[in-house]
Amino acid sequence: MGTSVAFWVLGIIAVLAALSVVLLRDVFRAALSLVLCFLMVAGLYITLSADFLAAVQILIYVGAISVLIILAIMLTREVQRGSPSNRFRFPAFIVAVLFFAGIAFAMLNTPWQVSSTPPLEPTTPAIAGLLFGEGGFILPVEIAPVLLLAAILGAIVLVREK
Amino acid sequence: MVGLEHYLILAAVLFSIGLYGALAKRNAIIILMSIELMLNAVNIAMVAFSRYIVPLMLTGQVFAIFIMVVAAAEVAVGLAIIIAIYRHRKTIDATKIDLMKW
Repeated sequence: MGTSVAFWVLGIIAVLAALSVVLLRDVFRAALSLVLCFLMVAGLYITLSADFLAAVQILIYVGAISVLIILAIMLTREVQRGSPSNRFRFPAFIVAVLFFAGIAFAMLNTPWQVSSTPPLEPTTPAIAGLLFGEGGFILPVEIAPVLLLAAILGAIVLVREK
Repeated sequence: MVGLEHYLILAAVLFSIGLYGALAKRNAIIILMSIELMLNAVNIAMVAFSRYIVPLMLTGQVFAIFIMVVAAAEVAVGLAIIIAIYRHRKTIDATKIDLMKW
């Protein structure tokens, strides 16, 4: 019961925040509502009993990515010009609605094999076992830092003054 | 009672909003923000599948962690590219950055 109420509240606020990201004229306010949307998604992870993922979401998205985005907005001084739409606004709306209709039709008509087992809690030891344990995801875990290192080096090279 | 379909529809709504923003906006930073919205929507769907279909395996949550890693790398490189373009051309309007368009 509490989970249902939490889902509806968090979901509605998340959708409204996402809408204001794409509809607001002010770029800075759009970035702030993006942060609100990220926070609501972290709450949704908690209702899905994914506690570790909720903490990671707050650390990475709310903490790091939003700071990067706000910093980029301040560095590029396009705040006065707002966030105008291009001439494909109406076709883009049609494409988004059609995409949503198709994917919602597929989701609602698939017979999902929902398991009635209660979810694992807490999830942190289980995720650690999956990531680092025998037969787990140790190779992607090794590759991910290489990707991050390449991204950091690439970002530094791109923004460095000549 | 909230079930799997609720979370999937919510993820679809967020993904469609992000799709609209990525297609219809001119400010490159707003386009990047819309892409972040889409990645978050996919993460919600992953965690919902993990919670409702295989509650004891957590594979979807591990996938979501890797998506977050890739999103962090993507936003760092993307914002660096946007700042580099702004230095050269004094604009981040995606309709005016058309050097490679024929």
